[in-house]
Amino acid sequence: MSGPVIEVRDLHAHYGRRAVLHGVNLTVEPGEIRVIMGGSGSGKTTLLRHLLGLNRPSSGTVRVLGHDLDRLDERRADALRRQIGVSFQGGALFNSMTVGENVALPLREHATLDESTLRVMVRLKLEVVNLAGFENLMPAQLSGGMIKRAALARAIALDPKLLFFDEPSAGLDPVVAVELDELILKLRDALRMTIVVVTHVLESAVKIADRITVLDDGRVIADGPVAEIRDHPSAQVQDLFQRRPRQAEVNADEYLRRLTEESVE
Amino acid sequence: MNVAAHAWHWSERLGRSAAAAVTELGYIAALLAESVWWIAVGRRHRQPVRIAPVLAEMMEIGVHAVPICALLLFTVGLMLAIQGLHTLETFGAQTKLVPLVALSITREFAPLIVGILVAGRSGSALAARIGTMQVSQEIDALRVIGINPVRYLVAPSLVAMLIMLPVLTVLADFVGVAGAAVYGAPRLDIDYAVFGAQTLEALEAGDVLQGVAKAAIFALLIALIACSTGFAVTGGAEGVGRAATRAVVVSISSVVVADMAFTFVLTR
Repeated sequence: MSGPVIEVRDLHAHYGRRAVLHGVNLTVEPGEIRVIMGGSGSGKTTLLRHLLGLNRPSSGTVRVLGHDLDRLDERRADALRRQIGVSFQGGALFNSMTVGENVALPLREHATLDESTLRVMVRLKLEVVNLAGFENLMPAQLSGGMIKRAALARAIALDPKLLFFDEPSAGLDPVVAVELDELILKLRDALRMTIVVVTHVLESAVKIADRITVLDDGRVIADGPVAEIRDHPSAQVQDLFQRRPRQAEVNADEYLRRLTEESVE
Repeated sequence: MNVAAHAWHWSERLGRSAAAAVTELGYIAALLAESVWWIAVGRRHRQPVRIAPVLAEMMEIGVHAVPICALLLFTVGLMLAIQGLHTLETFGAQTKLVPLVALSITREFAPLIVGILVAGRSGSALAARIGTMQVSQEIDALRVIGINPVRYLVAPSLVAMLIMLPVLTVLADFVGVAGAAVYGAPRLDIDYAVFGAQTLEALEAGDVLQGVAKAAIFALLIALIACSTGFAVTGGAEGVGRAATRAVVVSISSVVVADMAFTFVLTR
């Protein structure tokens, strides 16, 4: 398809009265690996939920593969979801099913395949993520790295055009984390997917990204190719890159308001 | 704090609880409507409510509950016979034991005990399962795979409960009367077969149907309360535990209240 895969325009989001995203703009082109970076509380997870259509924006638009997520009827949303794969942070494998059944679920729901074809497809996907032979294990029997790879196998079950990966290397040992990064690069090259990775791990971001978007406090503070972000003049971006603790700005009025304001859930 | 501030504080809390209750009621109604919609037209939208999970739920909710359900109703039948005979003796009306037991069990005890039992066994399990899935992002995963969670998780449980609660209730009718007969028949000096025949004589189809209809209402209440509590889980493992407890407490309370309301309407 032509045109950007993802187009976010002036996205505002709130949890209750608390504003989490303040006018985020984001464009992801076909075939690129985009890393969305930011510390905890920067709004990157919220942005991801909006890109997946799991949250509704307070204002602004999110277009994915040419569709405005806020204006999709159920049928078209379904068709869109078949072109999108998501690997969640904790894997979100269905704990009552084996690894194989987890990978088979999207195929069962969206494609009419006979059981033997289904089995071959599942093995094929598990082969891609180096988990061949593990299809009969339960998620509880897998290690952290294996869970992420199994989740990835499920995410690519329907050969999506667009793949989202939430915190691929969080909680993994460095070697396994690097293997996962390699796997992401391999997927893009072999399957020509557009991949959006949300992470706070710097090494991983620099290694896999074509472009990096840096979020801070619900705003995009930098957006560009890796080299450009590395040399970015902004102090906040450099703090993130140099792993310096953030310099808290003290605003007396804001501080007083926070202390005295009624808490609202 | 002075009195006015206290009053203000409490009225505010009352208002918030009321608003939360209305919100939950609306949510439960929406859950019911959506489940019915998926059951009715899911297939046309290529999102059918599949038979296999319904059967699995029926096993779990119904078949696995048969032994404990039989034990409880047998005991209740026994208790009714002992207590009933003791009370009737004071009026010299022992012969009325059979209709007393037959009506009490089919109209009241069978559906009520089955409802409480299923709320305790399956209501909590359902809330905990959906709650755990919510916490571990499995519900989000279902959504992004394009599987509607209501169609996939709520509808099968709802159908299974709607089938199995009435079935368990009919079974409970039999076991309850049997329990009463074990104590009552020898004391009345009649045969078990005669006790059974007199029971059938005392009952009309409407009595059994009343119990079955109650069971269906309880099924709706338990399934919807458990599911809505599960979907509302926040706060990790602790939240799941709280949800399981809350599902049991709220669904048992609503079963008891609904039972009273139903009885009130039907006996007028």
